[in-house]
Amino acid sequence: MSILVDRNTRVICQGITGAQGTFHTEQAIAYGTQMVGGVTPGKGGSTHLGLPVFDTVAEAKAATEANATVIYVPPPFAADAILEAIDAEMPLIVTITEGIPVLDMMRVKRALEGSASRLIGPNCPGVMTPDECKIGIMPGNIFKRGSVGVVSRSGTLTYEAVKQTSDVGLGQSTAVGIGGDPIKGTEFIEVLDMFLDDPETEAIIMIGEIGGTAEEEAAEFLRAEAKKGRAKPVAGFIAGRTAPPGRRMGHAGAIVSGGKGDAESKIRAMQDAGIVMAESPARMGEAVLEAMGRKVPA
Amino acid sequence: MNIHEYQAKELLRAYGAPVGEGRVITNPGEAAARAAELDAPLIVVKAQIHAGGRGKGRFKEPEAGEKGGVRLARSPEEAAEEARRMLGRTLVTHQTGPEGKVVNRVYLEAGADIARELYLAVLIDRKSGRISFVASTEGGMDIEEVAAKTPEKILTITVDPATGYMPFHGRRIAFALELEGAQVKQMVKLAGALYRLFVEKDAELVEINPLIVTPDGDLRCLDAKMGFDDNALFRHPDIAALRDETEEDPKEREAAEHDLNYIALDGNIGCMVNGAGLAMATMDIIKLYGGEPANFLDVGGGATREKVAAAFKIITSDPKVEGILVNIFGGIMRCDIIADGVVAAVREVGLEVPLVVRLEGTNVEKGKEILRESGLDVIPADDLDDAAQKIVAAVRERAAA
Repeated sequence: MSILVDRNTRVICQGITGAQGTFHTEQAIAYGTQMVGGVTPGKGGSTHLGLPVFDTVAEAKAATEANATVIYVPPPFAADAILEAIDAEMPLIVTITEGIPVLDMMRVKRALEGSASRLIGPNCPGVMTPDECKIGIMPGNIFKRGSVGVVSRSGTLTYEAVKQTSDVGLGQSTAVGIGGDPIKGTEFIEVLDMFLDDPETEAIIMIGEIGGTAEEEAAEFLRAEAKKGRAKPVAGFIAGRTAPPGRRMGHAGAIVSGGKGDAESKIRAMQDAGIVMAESPARMGEAVLEAMGRKVPA
Repeated sequence: MNIHEYQAKELLRAYGAPVGEGRVITNPGEAAARAAELDAPLIVVKAQIHAGGRGKGRFKEPEAGEKGGVRLARSPEEAAEEARRMLGRTLVTHQTGPEGKVVNRVYLEAGADIARELYLAVLIDRKSGRISFVASTEGGMDIEEVAAKTPEKILTITVDPATGYMPFHGRRIAFALELEGAQVKQMVKLAGALYRLFVEKDAELVEINPLIVTPDGDLRCLDAKMGFDDNALFRHPDIAALRDETEEDPKEREAAEHDLNYIALDGNIGCMVNGAGLAMATMDIIKLYGGEPANFLDVGGGATREKVAAAFKIITSDPKVEGILVNIFGGIMRCDIIADGVVAAVREVGLEVPLVVRLEGTNVEKGKEILRESGLDVIPADDLDDAAQKIVAAVRERAAA
């Protein structure tokens, strides 16, 4: 098992004929992902990379029976693309695009309520279940099928966690990049909930960063679930201990403001919930081993 | 992007919010004429810089006088005199850092008597993913302090984007702030105006602190702070035009021109990293091993050789930098491109400090080979831990030598 995506996931790409869409669709096909088509308005009826191209998401879904879409549409048009996918009742929408206006995402978030869709992202590296399905821009070669569920707000820190859990021999069940924006489709809690349910996931690593209070809420969730007897070993890392307050650190959501969102309070909340926190980003793999009660290699 | 108070007040005025009459002065020669246009018994003279705490701030130059960045004048002549004292001088507040900020603009506003001071802001509530109003009876204070000490004095209400602002939102704010009579209607109108401004201009913060009640019982926005979503500026040329480049760090401005994310810090180890999270983690690990990062720099996902070279030049132009750590985990980014860029930049600008490079991911072997064969004095590192330890040690050795 795994979460969100597996070998049966049928994926279309919105923005397939663009440079990003083309490059990453090629990579996804090479990895073995079931790419079944693409959408570029005005190019319907043509083929690209051997896949049928459609004018609308609804048409693409009807013709290909796709159950997931990945969006590489430039920021000014990205919210429209997500809303079109929600309207077409696409079950899984993964949005890679960085730089979508916050108020656009506010409207998207409202449209997701009560809809048939789950959105991952935006401003994220995607979702990947090793050897089965790669949606997004993660480098496939560092993955190894295994037992650790990875969930992260940061792209490259996801790669660090993946490589380190591969290197210590554990591998990953699924890796989910939830993205670095302040308003996003899916938060930590929802992914943690799925990992707790997934029999293949034996341990979880959760990577957060400064800004907002999603890590504190996730820690509270894990603590409450553990009280009900629903628990798995969890390791964690928080980036941004040295970030100055009031400055936006690259990600739109990574900012300590109004006295909220600093690294120390997140680390404390996560430790209080029994999460093994890696002090160094180079020791996330070891932190997972420690959480699992296994020996950390010298 | 932040704007000045006087610009924020022009926007408020355009949306029908109650704001006093004011004039902005950029040149001492026009001070007298502008001040004379304000027919008021009391004129407030306010330094325009992108930092809070102006009133309690101090000027570096004795010629600017003992008083802070907000002064009261009893006549147009006195207002002009105070404006001339502030212009071109450096104001230090608790938010500017010890170097302070040069005052290039001064705002004069007709003064008002104050019966009550309130707080009202519009912002994005991340938890609900909605726009929210924050209101408090404790105006004129640092709202973070109010939130920490007396959270019960803060009202937060969120607005459903499906309906947008409704008059009941304004009434809830008004009654929570103990407004009465005509003031309730004024608040319903003001909150609606702020919401409209927020949505139509893609703001990320609209803060009125204090919002005052005058002795006549009217509401008035006495101070205003506004920030806008950088990602939405493409659809607001009018807002983008309000940018004051003199408020920005020149290195940060240059980085932005190359589409790089750079933030200057106080340490001595320059960093070049791909990805915001990894860039922060790299700063953290430098600190963990006893060093101090000189900057945050995310070269992004699609960096070209030219971008990497530009990033390298920005880092080396900082005189505080005594060592450089390049940390790249190539996902989309190919390590050979990074290596090419680093070699090109070093050849062009020279290298006078230790350079540690850690490469991982796509084409890593090719990247390492390019660095090896370049003949440059590059210290290779195997992983993040190794890289951080090596650069901290190299900077120490250099300082000791």
